[in-house]
Amino acid sequence: MREIGVDIVEKSVAALCIKANTVLGSDIEQQICRMRDLEEDERPRAILEELLENAAIAKEKGLPICQDTGMAVVYVQIGQDVHFTGGSVEEAINRGVAKGYSEGYLRASVVSDPLLRKNTGDNTPAVILWDIVPGDHADITVAPKGFGSENMSSLTMLSPSQGIAGVREAILSTVRKAGPNPCPPIILGVGIGGTMDMAARIAKLALLRPVGQKSHLDHIRLLEEELLTEINMMDIGPAGLGGKTTALAVHINTYPTHIAGLPVAVNMSCHATRHAHICL
Amino acid sequence: MPQTTTSRKIIQLPISREEARELRAGELLLLRGTLYTARDAAHKRMMESIEKGESLPFDLQNCAIYYAGPCPARPGFVIGSAGPTTSGRMDAYAPALISLGQTVMLGKGLRKPEVVDAMKEFGAVYLGATGGAGALLSQRITASEVIAYPDLLAEAVRKLEVYDFPAVVLIDSLGTSLYDR
Repeated sequence: MREIGVDIVEKSVAALCIKANTVLGSDIEQQICRMRDLEEDERPRAILEELLENAAIAKEKGLPICQDTGMAVVYVQIGQDVHFTGGSVEEAINRGVAKGYSEGYLRASVVSDPLLRKNTGDNTPAVILWDIVPGDHADITVAPKGFGSENMSSLTMLSPSQGIAGVREAILSTVRKAGPNPCPPIILGVGIGGTMDMAARIAKLALLRPVGQKSHLDHIRLLEEELLTEINMMDIGPAGLGGKTTALAVHINTYPTHIAGLPVAVNMSCHATRHAHICL
Repeated sequence: MPQTTTSRKIIQLPISREEARELRAGELLLLRGTLYTARDAAHKRMMESIEKGESLPFDLQNCAIYYAGPCPARPGFVIGSAGPTTSGRMDAYAPALISLGQTVMLGKGLRKPEVVDAMKEFGAVYLGATGGAGALLSQRITASEVIAYPDLLAEAVRKLEVYDFPAVVLIDSLGTSLYDR
């Protein structure tokens, strides 16, 4: 048994909110550079340049990469030998989000009720995903999620007979339909299998994978590569104005599913697929 | 939109319906002058005011509306990151505002045919700024003031002054769209 005070959780979450929002991941930056070099036309090259310049300004001046600093998704992997002390860990996470968004001059983008729509003023509550894992550490990832791209996401409950062709079409049609709206270049988090909620959850978690890291399953890795190639032939391009760079990565997670089902969730994300992480 | 291109047309805002009709899809612009920010909640409230015959936060005649909800300003800064939001969510309101005098919409993403029809009928233009470049775009904003609906926080109506704010004509008043390929 190891004790972790929730005050440390609060402080860590606050710092992670600011870091995630102001510093673009080097994996994403490098992938944008690689894709820029493949673009032949001036417009897509210039837009990718603009995103790189934007990231440099954000980092230098401590500004958010994007004004949509997102709903704070906090993924917590708690070692089963951890004991949190000093109060509720959930409340500590939300206090950390409030502190980070206020001290970091990040935008408050959360309304307390989806229909009454009053802004909570401090970007709380977070969407917290919990996992219990072996060990005596707590691993916390803050992944602010913007809604320009979130709104373009999809969930399709396929029939098993539709197989891999159905899966491909569910993913490709989501990208086609989204067009310029999710601020391409995009990163796709895909969840295949489980129940409807599990498919969505593993799709969200697929966005946390570093760009360039492939699935460890051979057939899924192949599917990721084929989909990325096909998506980048759609000519949606940076900002949706044409070009070869529609997606920077396709990340697929899978989970066992029911004999009657084939759920496919596509979580759409923009180039600002932000996440920062700490191990306590 | 692209910063490196040499030929950019300087547009002094506000522009009239006649001036809006002269712009063509694909033209690269540098905007100077006044933009008003309004997004989902502010549009809803303005429409309610119009229906009730109440006054609006700003004069719609020849106005340019930027679909944006900027971040709070750090000390010493005019404004926080301030890129465009997805315009399509304002499609329900845009035709009415265009009919009442709005000449410029600035945002990103697809528009419904009803919006394009209103643009053609009354003379309005839909401009784009690069989504995801909010830090960079904030550097071209020289003044920012909340003029209405402060309770909406990020969704409040702001009066912005911009100088050489980069934009591209996404859809012109003939209905030609840069997204169509």
